[in-house]
Amino acid sequence: MNVLAYLIPISLILGGLGLLGFLYTLKSRQYDDPEGDSRRILSDKWDDRPKE
Amino acid sequence: MSALSTNNPAACPGCLAGPPEPVSAPAVDARLMLSLPTIHCQACITKVEAALDAYPGIKTARVNLTLKRALIDAEPDVKAADLVAVLETEGFEAHELDPGALNDTATRNASKDLLMRLAVAGFASMNVMLLSVAVWSGATDATRDLFHWISAAIALPAISFSAQPFFRNAWSALRAARLNMDVPISLAIVLALVTSLWETWLSGHHAYFDAALTLTFFLLAGRWLDARARSAARSAAEELTALEVPRAMRVEDEGPVEVPVADLRINDQVLIRPGARAPVDGVIIEGRSEIDRAMLTGETLPEVRGVGDAISAGEVNLTGPLTLQATAVGQETSLHRMAALVAVAESGRSRYTSLADRAAKLYAPGVHILSAFAFLGWLIWSGDMRVSLNIAAAVLIITCPCALGLAVPAVTTAASGRLFGKGLLIKNATALERLAEADTVVFDKTGTLTTGKPRIENWDQLTLAQKSVAYALAEGSSHPLSRAISDKARAERLAVADLLEVAEKPGFGTQARLGEQVVRLGRADWIGVTPADDSICAALDLGEGAPVLLTFTDAPRRGAAEAIAGLRAQGVDVVLLSGDRAPAVARFATGLDIEDWHAAMLPEDKARFVEKLRDEGRRVLMVGDGLNDTAALATAHVSISPAQALDAARAASDMVLLGQDLAPIADALAVARQATRRIRENFQIATLYNVVAVPLAVAGLATPLIAALAMSTSSITVSLNALRVRGRG
Repeated sequence: MNVLAYLIPISLILGGLGLLGFLYTLKSRQYDDPEGDSRRILSDKWDDRPKE
Repeated sequence: MSALSTNNPAACPGCLAGPPEPVSAPAVDARLMLSLPTIHCQACITKVEAALDAYPGIKTARVNLTLKRALIDAEPDVKAADLVAVLETEGFEAHELDPGALNDTATRNASKDLLMRLAVAGFASMNVMLLSVAVWSGATDATRDLFHWISAAIALPAISFSAQPFFRNAWSALRAARLNMDVPISLAIVLALVTSLWETWLSGHHAYFDAALTLTFFLLAGRWLDARARSAARSAAEELTALEVPRAMRVEDEGPVEVPVADLRINDQVLIRPGARAPVDGVIIEGRSEIDRAMLTGETLPEVRGVGDAISAGEVNLTGPLTLQATAVGQETSLHRMAALVAVAESGRSRYTSLADRAAKLYAPGVHILSAFAFLGWLIWSGDMRVSLNIAAAVLIITCPCALGLAVPAVTTAASGRLFGKGLLIKNATALERLAEADTVVFDKTGTLTTGKPRIENWDQLTLAQKSVAYALAEGSSHPLSRAISDKARAERLAVADLLEVAEKPGFGTQARLGEQVVRLGRADWIGVTPADDSICAALDLGEGAPVLLTFTDAPRRGAAEAIAGLRAQGVDVVLLSGDRAPAVARFATGLDIEDWHAAMLPEDKARFVEKLRDEGRRVLMVGDGLNDTAALATAHVSISPAQALDAARAASDMVLLGQDLAPIADALAVARQATRRIRENFQIATLYNVVAVPLAVAGLATPLIAALAMSTSSITVSLNALRVRGRG
């Protein structure tokens, strides 16, 4: 059972990483146009980075 | 995880193609915004962006498909009207938006804030749930205590952050000595935490940390959906304002010129057509009219204003054209007023109690009483404070309106998303529920069932004098026939005749004085001409006898027949009301297969007609666009107006059709009925779960496992049921 001492913190840290990743996508406005973004991937127009 | 750790450069050659260019700050004043109601796919995005990028002077153009808008960063001399024309040749409907009126950042921040709390609650509840699974499957003694303590360490900070909206709402309700949904929610969360901590301290078997967190998570999900739907409604209302506000008619030496409101300065002379809102504060220097101040002050009776009287921005001019001398301009006042108008329009039908409110009114007191009884009953029976508190917490958790909190927002979000996809904006939160109850549809003809852009047929047969008088009379009116005349005359660069005492008589026409003669432009039966045939016409009277007949053509709007057939198929009666002459209305009604039509209706006749239907117990859906429909739109149970409608009409209606097509009205009714059915079903599902789980909780049999199961399954069932509204469309 001593392995729990490592596993629980590890699982919490991994989960926390996921949480931070989500908060990052939220802060960088990646949910402003979900519909358009899902369609744009079909476009053959070259797009280095989304236009502002 | 592997996707994060292996950063393969080949997957994204563009990322390495060069150092990132410095992001230049976009010039805010050169930003243009267009509303594109008909775009729907990737090809549309590419076509619109390509067309806009190719236009000289445009730096960047970016389409937002979710909002159906294009954001354009351009040189200051690029005119939105030209871009609209460019896009129309590409086959896209476009309308200019005023970015200044779209301050949706506040609402977006609110929903972002909720989403952040939701993410934290989701993260914490998943971890605590994992720990709880170990406890449920038989962890004992030191292991169980350890897991409980870890759960507590996660749950306490997570809840104190994510459940803040509930605590804040509950506190403000309690301070005002009221009960709302948030009171039982907060009580359940706090009680669950306190009893769980106590249990953990005493090495007890049951802790409700997972329940408290899951509860917070599901309720936040409901709140977030609700906030999103409401921010969509608000941004829709703002979009309408943004569609209308930016232009005003400034009177210059050569006649009225359309200019952006932002260009108006103090002492400018501004022409206000009947049905339009004053864009500035000012003093009347010409004209006499009735002013509707209801939107601003709540006074229902219009006030008569003449030369020398003051008009505030936002007041609606009702009858005659007015020329104002601006006394106060500027974004600050007008934006302030527009915000107030949107708020008034949003709370306009507050008399209607939504299904959710009705449910909450029954629910909140019931939950408290039940839990208090359970607590007292157990305390008396067993005399054990710890057991009784545990039971009370279990009852509160089980009955917590988790599914109820999701039942309405999930359905409304799904339904309004679907309708938005069809080009229908829902301005009012309860509009869907009211639309579902509609059993009679009253259509206006001109501008609603027809395109509202009639063209004059016999213009070339008029003399120059007749043309210039007609132009002058038409210029002050926003009636479609007048617009047709003034558009035609402006295209020919005619001079405006010098008229005095111009006054619009709503439902009749416009009258003025030219020298000693009374000149009139209006309905043929008002002027006293008998039309030769039953085409759309107006008459022009120069006061010299022998009035002239002006004939127009007007076609049914696209989708009108489909909309009417679709509404009939759903068992709704269709009625046509028009201010037009009987033969024209009859011909039009037969064309669309409407038996119940009424012609030559004055504005008050329309309102009275709708009122009569209402008194007969009917729920009327009014579809109209004009000044003469405004009263009827406000009287009706629920109302729709096209985006091209007068702003007075749009302010009075609940939903707005963005496109030119009328067919979405029939779909809207179907979707609204389906949505209301789903909401009721959701309430039933939530109640069913409670009926099963509450006796268990009161009997003291509800373990944290049962609480978690009941809560999650009911919430998930409710959400899935709501998603069925979305359909395949």
